[in-house]
Amino acid sequence: MKQLIGRWQTWAGFGVGAIVLFGLAPAILSDFRLGLFAKFLCFAIVAVGIGLAWGRGGMLVLGQGVFFGLGGYIMGMHLKISDAALTDQDVPDFMQIAGVRELPGYWQPFASPVVTLVAIVVIPTGIAALLGFGVFKRRVKGAYFAILSQALAAALAILLIGQTSVGGSNGLTNFRTFFGFSLKDPVNKQMLYFIAAGVLLLSVAVARQLMQSRYGELLVAVRDGEERVRFLGYDPANIKVVAYVVAALFASIAGALFAPIVGFIAPSQVGILPSIAFLIGVAIGGRTTLLGPVLGAIGVAWAQTLLSERFPSEWTYAQGLLFIVVVGFFPAGLAGLGVFLRRRRKGRPDPQADPVPLPDPDPEPEKAGANA
Amino acid sequence: MSAVDTEVHPEPAAGGNVGMGTQYLEVRGLTVDFDGFKAVTDVDLTLFQGDLRFLIGPNGAGKTTVIDAITGLVSGTGSVSKSGVELLGKKVHQIARRGVGRTFQTASVFEQLTVLQNLDIAAGAGRSVLTLLRRRSGVLPAIEEALEITGLADLADKPAGVLAHGQKQWLEIGMLLVQNADVLLLDEPVAGMSHEEREETGNLLRRIGGERTVVVVEHDMDFMRAFATSVTVLARGQVIAEGSVAEVQANPRVQEVYLGTAAAGTEGVPDELKEES
Repeated sequence: MKQLIGRWQTWAGFGVGAIVLFGLAPAILSDFRLGLFAKFLCFAIVAVGIGLAWGRGGMLVLGQGVFFGLGGYIMGMHLKISDAALTDQDVPDFMQIAGVRELPGYWQPFASPVVTLVAIVVIPTGIAALLGFGVFKRRVKGAYFAILSQALAAALAILLIGQTSVGGSNGLTNFRTFFGFSLKDPVNKQMLYFIAAGVLLLSVAVARQLMQSRYGELLVAVRDGEERVRFLGYDPANIKVVAYVVAALFASIAGALFAPIVGFIAPSQVGILPSIAFLIGVAIGGRTTLLGPVLGAIGVAWAQTLLSERFPSEWTYAQGLLFIVVVGFFPAGLAGLGVFLRRRRKGRPDPQADPVPLPDPDPEPEKAGANA
Repeated sequence: MSAVDTEVHPEPAAGGNVGMGTQYLEVRGLTVDFDGFKAVTDVDLTLFQGDLRFLIGPNGAGKTTVIDAITGLVSGTGSVSKSGVELLGKKVHQIARRGVGRTFQTASVFEQLTVLQNLDIAAGAGRSVLTLLRRRSGVLPAIEEALEITGLADLADKPAGVLAHGQKQWLEIGMLLVQNADVLLLDEPVAGMSHEEREETGNLLRRIGGERTVVVVEHDMDFMRAFATSVTVLARGQVIAEGSVAEVQANPRVQEVYLGTAAAGTEGVPDELKEES
């Protein structure tokens, strides 16, 4: 019975999400705002993956910009090639200006839409798997892993800036069509929004299944006691790699949607700053929960757009302050605050009583194998 | 903890209760070298199923290091074989899969997960990808049994973090049971426990020890006298005596190590034997 209600609640939750995303948002938002919202949904898709890898797996992924960028650039290359083909050109516009007459070899596979879509899935997950196995098998974790993933984001951004064949620091811009649909047409823009909304719901569903499965329980166990898990006969590296790869996949798909929705993909979307920006929403929303990262990412991105229009410089400080306050005082994020308030209202008539300590999702220091 | 009639389970006995026919753990010439410091030198141990072996010795004798080496946490030289399979050189999780389980001085259960989830994870090292990606449904019979035998059935849905100290250690032992470990290496399982909890832990070890090989590192001499079927004494990384409780207590080298007081019986156990890091 309990399970039945649980299942009903889940479907109801997804139903409400679908109504808001597919019914309410397009009805009340202008085309311009809907385009912005579509962009926020891309960030939310990245956030779902970060919630899984960081919140549940304890891996502080500070370099999701890498996978976001890979997805975005792969999609961007395909869009540029097809735009050029529409006007019977051999190479995209920015290459013509640079005097390049022939398409570089590594661009050519992405002329095919199928190859492009496969590459958006396969290349980032392959890189994440290789990297994950290399790093986790060697038991690199904690701050070292965070620094490593961040360095990777910085390295990719610098590499891209130096490559004129992908537009240098401007990146790939000025997309005209998306698989044959003109991006100038508001209907097609709305279609892109719907695709992003659908992908977001799907990614939440996948993350939910992973979190509730036995794998999800195991992932939390690895987060809280990696060495202990080893003594139960598991190799924690394999368990962590799965979450890392899923997070990379979500980031890549989000990047691939971001490029046509926003109309460009550039090194500024890949480096350290955007990678950290992805984290802020997740931390504020509540990284261990399913929906916290989604709502946090959308909320922060929305606030950024609204407030930075009016107070461009103050917003940066406010964002930093918010991040510090949440990480320092509400490690479970706003979702944790909700639980905290509900518990106070329910079980504690006495407002003077000590606050219930929040469950601290921070990975505890390794208890097992202290002398390893 | 519920009383389980011991007639069903064979009682642990010195030298094991089934001979060499079943599982055994054989340690030969085990040496652990920490950058020139020999924590363990040339240790030999032979353990048969059904033996409840206590590993005692003063601080720094290398008791925990022996367990660490057997479970792959530190690398050692020599030979550790379980029923003929060499364990030394294998990785921690591979050794665990061979049926060697251990606990730690400080209970290390997964505090955010429930008792049931802890046990379910312990039981699942061999699960397929498909099983892992599905939700847990129902409780495995082995887990029910472990909940009963450790007396944690009523607490199955409580997060492990809220358990009392003794219950956490029992949960750890329960995890070893569902893990299907037949060699159990317990590092100070009763440290910090009340008298009643010690009794119950001892009875628990008795119940599970008949069908398994149990090694207990311990400082509590009363506990050792009450429940050990055989004892190995380590000092400065070497085995200095082995035998029944009475034999070991009568051994002059053991008396020397324990300042001549261990043979005196229940009284006069020096404090240093009761507490350690």
